[in-house]
Amino acid sequence: MDKYTGKGVYGAIAVGKISVFKKQDAEVKRVHVDDTENEKRRYEEAKNASIEQLGEIYQKALKEVGEANAAIFEIHQMMLDDEDYNDSINDIIETQNVNAEYAVAVTADNFAEMFSNMDDAYMKARAADVRDISNRIIGNLTGEISKGNSSDEKVIICASDLAPSETVALDKDKVLAFVTAHGSSNSHTAILARNMNIPARIGAGDEFLSKIKDGDEAIVDGFTGEIFVSPDSGTRERLLKKQSEDENKKRLLQELKGKENVTVDGRKINIYANIGSVDNIGAVLLNDAGGIGLFRSEFLYLESSDYPTEEQQFAAYKKVLESMAGKKVIIRTLDIGADKQVDYFNLKKEENPALGYRAIRICLTRPEIFKTQLRALYRASVYGHLGIMFPMITSVSELEKILAICDEVKAELKAQSVEYSESVELGIMIETPAAAIISGKLAQMVDFFSVGTNDLTQYTLACDRQNPDIEQFVDTHHEAILELIRMSAENAHKHGAWIGICGELAADTTLTETFLRMGIDELSVSPTFVLKVRDAVRNIDLSKN
Amino acid sequence: MVSKTVKVVNEQGMHMRPAGELAKAVKAHPDCEVTLNANGKTVKAKAPMQIMSACIKCGNEVEIVCNGADEQAVLDEIAAMFESGFGE
Repeated sequence: MDKYTGKGVYGAIAVGKISVFKKQDAEVKRVHVDDTENEKRRYEEAKNASIEQLGEIYQKALKEVGEANAAIFEIHQMMLDDEDYNDSINDIIETQNVNAEYAVAVTADNFAEMFSNMDDAYMKARAADVRDISNRIIGNLTGEISKGNSSDEKVIICASDLAPSETVALDKDKVLAFVTAHGSSNSHTAILARNMNIPARIGAGDEFLSKIKDGDEAIVDGFTGEIFVSPDSGTRERLLKKQSEDENKKRLLQELKGKENVTVDGRKINIYANIGSVDNIGAVLLNDAGGIGLFRSEFLYLESSDYPTEEQQFAAYKKVLESMAGKKVIIRTLDIGADKQVDYFNLKKEENPALGYRAIRICLTRPEIFKTQLRALYRASVYGHLGIMFPMITSVSELEKILAICDEVKAELKAQSVEYSESVELGIMIETPAAAIISGKLAQMVDFFSVGTNDLTQYTLACDRQNPDIEQFVDTHHEAILELIRMSAENAHKHGAWIGICGELAADTTLTETFLRMGIDELSVSPTFVLKVRDAVRNIDLSKN
Repeated sequence: MVSKTVKVVNEQGMHMRPAGELAKAVKAHPDCEVTLNANGKTVKAKAPMQIMSACIKCGNEVEIVCNGADEQAVLDEIAAMFESGFGE
């Protein structure tokens, strides 16, 4: 048994035989031609054939992955009609007396290089699109357009890399999974795979590709990123069990996926997911959450043996924002202390840590740590829709200080000509009774509130979360807590802010109706609860009392 | 010749989809030449790859220049597309 790992695109388990996807080798020879007019005609015909094929792929994609994702092929058609691209090819044929294949290949290299050199991850990835369309033309010129899998058996497609058009062209009913040795999880190919619900692993490496052959048995675990070639019976059994459990869960998912979070009488609410690591993004997408309502940034500090640098943080935030592709991502600034300890912070032992030196209190007394995080967040903000949330707020003056530091960070970035988004939303956690009581003032200073019900319960009822002996006194549905949430919602809306709940109570479906009646705009729950809450929302009728 | 400066509101800037939409709209007016000035570059708006080559990001200012038949109407149409974020 050989084991490999890659980056996950869609979580599922596939068991079956490997089929190695062979691309026509894009090795193009330079041939001297005298009749350049004929060569240009050959190019024109191959281009038109390519446009027609892309039209067919577009229609197929429209059915399988929806309009938004199919649009790429319409754009590919437009790229083929791009004046510069065509001028370049025709010029090369004309001035160098060469064959059309060669002219297309050279032009593709030039354009791909232009995109690769751009200072923007999205644009860099476009180099693959240029190569994709160019290879199609060359395939049409040589008459060798790649056909993909022709066997009748369902297989695991393995390739060096797959172009978006090749991904869509795969017959979905014959593909169990695909594994590529190269490629980025930011590519259209990855996005398409996700939308086609095909388990995919990207970047399994060259060694993987060199060792496999057609017909090898393999298991792809889309959750862990593992690929087992010729698995032993124990591994096989374990994964088959995991597969059947997963399929049961997906049945519920299929019924609710893509449906709106709307009540019987038409009230809509956002259901987002809470996560604590970049690794959980797959679960967020799989469970169809509308965004990330709470991204706990602590993991960066907990996993590290020293303060994480601005670059390390930037890379993590950027990845989350890019993976969520424009959906809202709310990242909470550092919340350590109390039950979450990190050695290198050298925090003193406290008698009463829940009421002690933690979260925003550390950030405001050690602004250098706070500013590093904020710089990383603002820098990452250009890659998606970012919200920044501050924990443990108790007063207006704290929030004033925080906002002043944010302005300072932005001014510094501006002075250094570093880009950031102007549309970053700023918000605070409502997790102390003080914040709820003065929420009328706080709401005027921020874009949103998010209620942290776990701490709000602990502080309101004076009940230690960690002490099992007082469990009988912890009534999470206590009217005082619900009243504080209702008050905060009313004040938020009065001042144009939105309000969500990200604590455990958000997933308590016995309270969903109560929250909807309070006017809560968003519930953020652990990814596996998203569909359960959606189900609850869709069964509520607010017009009935 | 008429021109107008607009701000890009699309969160990911002029990426593939908006660039494609823009090129499609411009091509519908073959008698009017449309160019964009942004980030110190001048690009033809009918070529999606050229548009993307200017690496126009969210918040960037773009000067739209129209020259030819119905130039004012074309300018208004293109400016409105930018302002609406190309329907995103």
